[in-house]
Amino acid sequence: MADETKKTPKLDELEKGPWPSFVKEIKQARKVNTMCDDLLGQLETSYEEKKGHWKHGGIVGVMGYGGGVIGRYSDMPEKFPKVAHFHTMRVNQPAGWFYTSKALRTLCDIWDRHGSGLTNMHGSTGDIVFLGTKTDELEPCFAELTKEGFDLGGSGSVMRTPSACVGQARCEWACYDTMKLCYDLTQTYQDELHRPAFPYKFKFKCAGCPNDCVASIARSDMSIIGTWKDSIQQDDAAVAEYAKKGMDIQKDVCDNCPTKCMSWDGKKLTIENHECVRCMHCINVMPKALRPGKERGATILIGAKAPIIQGAMLSSVLIPFVPAAELLDTIKELTSRIWDFWSEYGKNRERIGELIQRVGMANFLDAIGLDPVPEMVSAPRDNPYIYFKKEE
Amino acid sequence: MAVTVEQMAEEMYEMIKEAMGKKSFKATDLTKAMIAKYGEGEVSKDDCKHAIRILIDSGRCVYSYFGGSFITLPHKEGAANE
Ligand code: SF4
Ligand code: SF4
Repeated sequence: MADETKKTPKLDELEKGPWPSFVKEIKQARKVNTMCDDLLGQLETSYEEKKGHWKHGGIVGVMGYGGGVIGRYSDMPEKFPKVAHFHTMRVNQPAGWFYTSKALRTLCDIWDRHGSGLTNMHGSTGDIVFLGTKTDELEPCFAELTKEGFDLGGSGSVMRTPSACVGQARCEWACYDTMKLCYDLTQTYQDELHRPAFPYKFKFKCAGCPNDCVASIARSDMSIIGTWKDSIQQDDAAVAEYAKKGMDIQKDVCDNCPTKCMSWDGKKLTIENHECVRCMHCINVMPKALRPGKERGATILIGAKAPIIQGAMLSSVLIPFVPAAELLDTIKELTSRIWDFWSEYGKNRERIGELIQRVGMANFLDAIGLDPVPEMVSAPRDNPYIYFKKEE
Repeated sequence: MAVTVEQMAEEMYEMIKEAMGKKSFKATDLTKAMIAKYGEGEVSKDDCKHAIRILIDSGRCVYSYFGGSFITLPHKEGAANE
C-alpha cells in the first residue's frame, strides 16, 4: 500500500459534480495497488504539461498471437517506476455481455494478481479491457485466463472481437439469434482474430433489430441488422387501448413515420407495409400493439467505421434480406470473397469501406460477384444535370 | 506442389531477416511474394498462412504493431523500459 499518495489538484477537479469519475475509481484502486498511484501521478503531469507521456510498444504479446495486447510504456520511468510498463490486455467478452457474478470475480481476481486491477468494461469493440501490466505478467495472466475459459480478443490488423446485442436472450424485438451468430463467427474465425493477416482491422457487429443497440451501422465493417420481410404484426385492440389512454397516435406515431406509410382515422391504424422501411419507430412507441413481422432474418451491410484516417462512415446495404437460418453460411461465403478482394487491393491501414469508396461500389460488387439491387440505393439521384426527353 | 510449406517458411524468414530495419512485411506481402515466385497454381494462400504459422509458433518471428500489424524478428523494442 502506498504510504504517501501523489497530489493531484488538476485531476481532483474531475471528481466534482454528480457524474461518475475515473479519478475517484483510480484513487480507490490505489489503496490496494501502488501502480495506480504512479498512474495518477503521470496523468497529473500530463494535465500540467498538456502532453501525453505514454510510448506505444510494438511487439509485446503472448506466444503465437498477434493481437490482444497493446504495449504501453511510460516515458518517465524514473519518476513513475510502477507504470514503466503499462500494457493493455483485451479479453474476448461473452456474446451479449452476459456474466455470472462468479465469472466477474474470476476475471477481477486474475487481474488483481497480474495487473493494476483497473478494467474498462467494455472497450468500444466490446472486449473486456484490462488496463496496465508488465511484460513479464502477460503469459501468466493469459495462462490463467485460458484455464478459466477466457481468451484474448483482437487488436491490430485482425478481425476484431465480434460483438452482439443481447438479442433473443432478453429482447423481444430480436429477429435472429444475435448471440449465437456472434459466437459462431468468433469460433469460425479464430485464426483471423489472433493472427493479423489483413490490411487493417475488420469488425462484425450483430444487432437483432433496426434499433441497432450495438451501433453496428456506424461502428462495424460488416453490420448484421435484424429485420423482417412480411408485414408488421398489429393488434388493433391494443392500438385502441393506447388511444384511449391518451396517446396522440397521429402526432406521435404516424407523423414520425419516415415514409409516411401509416394512417389513423381515429379508430383504425393502417400501415402500407410495402412502403415501410423497418425503422422501428412505431413499434418502439406502441410495443404492446405492434411487433416485427414473422418472416425474420437480417440485412447485411458493409463499410462503416469511426473516424481515424478518414472521417466516419455508415455502412451500406449489401444483401437486403437473409433468412435467419441462412445467416451464418451466407456471411461466411460473402466474407471470404470480401477478404480476398481487400487483401489483394487494400492499402496498409485502409478499411474495407475506404477501399469501396476508392474503387467504387460498382467495381466492388462486381469483384465479389453480387448484383446491384434497388435496396442498395439510399436515396434516388437528384442531379439536375440529367434531363429526360419527353418520349423517354 | 513445387515447394513445401517448410521451405516457404524458410524463404519468408530470409526475406524478413534481410529487410530488417529497412522494410516491414505484412502477412499479405509475404503471401503475395510466394505466389509471385511459385505461381498461383503451385502455392495457395492457405499454404502461405501455414508457413507463417510455422514461423510464429516456433518463435522465430513475432507480430509487431506500428500503425498496422507486421511480421518481424524478435528484438528489444525501442519503447521498452528496463
Ligand atoms: S438491437 Fe433490437 S433486438 Fe437487439 S437489444 Fe436492441 S432492441 Fe433488442
Ligand atoms: S417501422 Fe418505421 S417506416 Fe415502418 S411503419 Fe413503422 S414508423 Fe413507418
